[in-house]
Amino acid sequence: MAVQIRVEVNGTTYEREVEPRLLLVHWLRDELGLTGTNVGCETSLCGACTVLVDGRAVKSCTQLAVQADGSSITTIEGLQQNGELHPLQQAFWDQHGLQCGYCTPGMILAAADLLAQNPRPSEAEIRAALKGNVCRCTGYHNIVKAVRQAAEQMGGG
Amino acid sequence: MGVIGSSIKRREDPALITGRGRYTDDLSLPGMLHAVIVRSPHAHARIVSIDAAAARAAEGVVAVYDGRDLVPGGEIKGVPTGWLLPDLKVPVHPLLAVDRVRYVGDGVAVVVAESRYAARDAADLVEVEYEPLPAVVDPAKATADGAPRIHDEAPENVAFDWQLGDREKTDAAFAAATKVARLKLRNNRLIPHAVEPRACLADYDPTSGELTLRMTSQNPHVHRLLMHLASMGLPEHKMRIIAPEVGGGFGSKIHHYPDEAITAWCAINLKRPVKWTATRSEANLTDAHGRDHATTAELALDDGGRILGLRVETYAAMGAYLSTFAASVPTYLYGTLLSGQYDIPAIHVHVYGVFTNTTPVDAYRGAGRPEATFVVERLMDAAAEVCGLDPAAIRRRNFVPPEKFPYPTQVALEYDSGNYEPALDKALELAGYDALREAQKAARDDPKKPLIGIGLSSYIEACGLAPSQVVGALGAQAGLWESAKIRVQPSGSVTVYTGSSAHGQGHHTTFAQIVADKLGIDPEQVEVVHGDTEKVQFGMGTYGSRSAAVGGSAIATATDKVVAKARKIAAHLLEAAEEDVVFDPAADGGPAFHVRGVPDKRQGWGDVVLQAYLAHNYPDDLEPGLEETSFYNPSNFVYPFGTHVAVVEIDRETGEVRLARYVAVDDCGNQINPMIVAGQVHGGIAQGVGQALWEQAVYDDSGQLVTGTLLDYAVPRAHNLPSFETDHTVTPCPHNPLGVKGIGEAGTIASPAAVVNAVVDALKPYGVNHLDMPITPEKVWRAIHLKGAL
Repeated sequence: MAVQIRVEVNGTTYEREVEPRLLLVHWLRDELGLTGTNVGCETSLCGACTVLVDGRAVKSCTQLAVQADGSSITTIEGLQQNGELHPLQQAFWDQHGLQCGYCTPGMILAAADLLAQNPRPSEAEIRAALKGNVCRCTGYHNIVKAVRQAAEQMGGG
Repeated sequence: MGVIGSSIKRREDPALITGRGRYTDDLSLPGMLHAVIVRSPHAHARIVSIDAAAARAAEGVVAVYDGRDLVPGGEIKGVPTGWLLPDLKVPVHPLLAVDRVRYVGDGVAVVVAESRYAARDAADLVEVEYEPLPAVVDPAKATADGAPRIHDEAPENVAFDWQLGDREKTDAAFAAATKVARLKLRNNRLIPHAVEPRACLADYDPTSGELTLRMTSQNPHVHRLLMHLASMGLPEHKMRIIAPEVGGGFGSKIHHYPDEAITAWCAINLKRPVKWTATRSEANLTDAHGRDHATTAELALDDGGRILGLRVETYAAMGAYLSTFAASVPTYLYGTLLSGQYDIPAIHVHVYGVFTNTTPVDAYRGAGRPEATFVVERLMDAAAEVCGLDPAAIRRRNFVPPEKFPYPTQVALEYDSGNYEPALDKALELAGYDALREAQKAARDDPKKPLIGIGLSSYIEACGLAPSQVVGALGAQAGLWESAKIRVQPSGSVTVYTGSSAHGQGHHTTFAQIVADKLGIDPEQVEVVHGDTEKVQFGMGTYGSRSAAVGGSAIATATDKVVAKARKIAAHLLEAAEEDVVFDPAADGGPAFHVRGVPDKRQGWGDVVLQAYLAHNYPDDLEPGLEETSFYNPSNFVYPFGTHVAVVEIDRETGEVRLARYVAVDDCGNQINPMIVAGQVHGGIAQGVGQALWEQAVYDDSGQLVTGTLLDYAVPRAHNLPSFETDHTVTPCPHNPLGVKGIGEAGTIASPAAVVNAVVDALKPYGVNHLDMPITPEKVWRAIHLKGAL
């Protein structure tokens, strides 16, 4: 029994029929081809699949696509504005905030949620806000530096 | 400063920060099917029957195969082990279990369906009847009388019994010793947790007989060779293995697991593309685990705290089967490192590799060297206590002095270069060691303050895994050189084909830096290609901190060959003798050849390159074109080193350990890109701290993995860690063209000992002399409040 949903993703509105049990991340990846959102676990514990749903960070591996009906989603593919990198993307690049890159989309979107809520986070606040996102490569050191750079650049800092 | 030595931003990143990186599971092919592997829920059991009728009948299911289907003609195809020791017991490791399962996660059947969801649903419909058998999970108990026999080939569950060093000399050293430090150590079993789970996509063309396998691989050529020789039997030239973006490996993507061969087998049999992607809990059950040693270690000393001898006995878990490089890790990557940074006159190590009903154990970041460093550096602290010396003082007293290099150890290695004391000094200075000791005293006397502990770890690492003759003599079934091909296009831009295979290390950036520096061109003019057996000549891949030292050296050597050929062309154009022509990559006006002592008599690099392809005005005895290959085979390992200092604060009420500071001074010789070097150190530290404080794969007595998800297995998260304080000294490698040593594993090798030493240091007033990793709040609380009654 398919269910009709209407979701805005990265500024485009999609009306699609989906199976009720289809995970949001599989809808984004397999049906919309937005493979920038990665899957690292199936228990919402690694954060690789983090996307913004109505501006808030959500782990799309533990949300059903039908639950996203009527919402507006931003994935890593939709973060650039007018071809310019988002300050967080730029900062992750500048500060060597990624190595293998697999956790990076989720990490950047979790950080985007943080900076929307708290434009001037301390190091401790950054670390607390990112504790739902696992990075196995960087030891978080340069990720924290990247979020600080982005906060400064975005006018918080 | 040249291009080498510059912290150039990574050229990998624009794709990865915008979601354009393509990892294996991101890829799809028309007509693609999905495979799900049915796995044993028992640690040890006889398979009574497998009934796949219901699964086959389920909607969307195309096929279900079990172990017997994969043995056409009765010949069991299995995955091989790639490192042999004398008398090594090598049990058959079938792709899917036949008759018997030996660990929770052992594959028993594969379901192939039109969608991921249909395959997963149908996997639950495969009815497997098991007759459970007794299991053993503890390496120290696996060899006891009456322990369950896991393989008929190894009646006492002993895969190997291996010794290194001089037993008699070591016994004599202990007889002469006035002080002995002794520890029983358990090196906890770890699960790698690359954030990208293993995955593969197999595509077979029945008309050409060619298999293309895209997979999460650290070493595509090695995977292809192993699959050709053992599991698949396809001609090597008919198999193309591609490693797309790979989301971390840490060793776990070196090995040849059954799963990729099963998937390929399905694609060949069904003549349709098949994809398999592990779930996280599946990855935790099947990715080769790391460590899992039970060790007794003793250090003999004289009254002055000088080391006389070291004796080590270790039971190392192999798990249920011998994984690809399993036998090398607790032997030649462990026993050989037991001299540490110290001048130790007598060493003897005895290692038993034992089978247990657990996930196979193999190389995980550091692979043997973190275990060795843990033994040595824990013993140094225990010895400092026994001798009444400061931990820094006893290390200083026993360091191999700089004038003794190259230094032959008592355990088969010859250290290439080292200068240990300056790294220790720098680390102590950066940490503010004396002030920390003062603060520690003050905190001890004030019950309201957390306890402070300071831990040192002065590590040595043998990496740049390479010298082929040496590793061959030690049992490796492969050479460990590395290849590079440098192709200079007629317009002067360069493509580098490297056998090294990156998965986060930044090869596109650092390898371009090497070529750009040597040729005097912009790094943007250099493209790096890797990770595809059809594009790249045979290569050995990325692991063991070998990419810069071996892969980078191959690139440097191939670039030198390019310059040497170009010089012949330049000499012809300049009408000069070849030996009178020199290349100056940093010449005013761009890289150029000129006649020695006559800078004005020059030929620009670009003109020479173009002439190599025009061959109009050209030496008679020279082939056109400008493309050179190097298979670089180093003469020795490289030996990076350093001293790390951990500072912990311990809550006396809860026993919680907070890592307050972490100082790392590393020496990896010359650095190509210091930003990337520091990043490698950060990540390594985090993984080692994880081992010390949180991570452990726990099996219950029946062999169930009770830490099978990220809910029960605690990897370090951002709020668990401080920012790190890093610095370095530079002692170049004397035997490779770049003077570089490896840095990928250093942090993981040094940090477990630094953190445990810090915790034990903090708990000294409570009479604690050791706590096993991971040091949980409960262990610390018991140590404080129950006086060590654990």
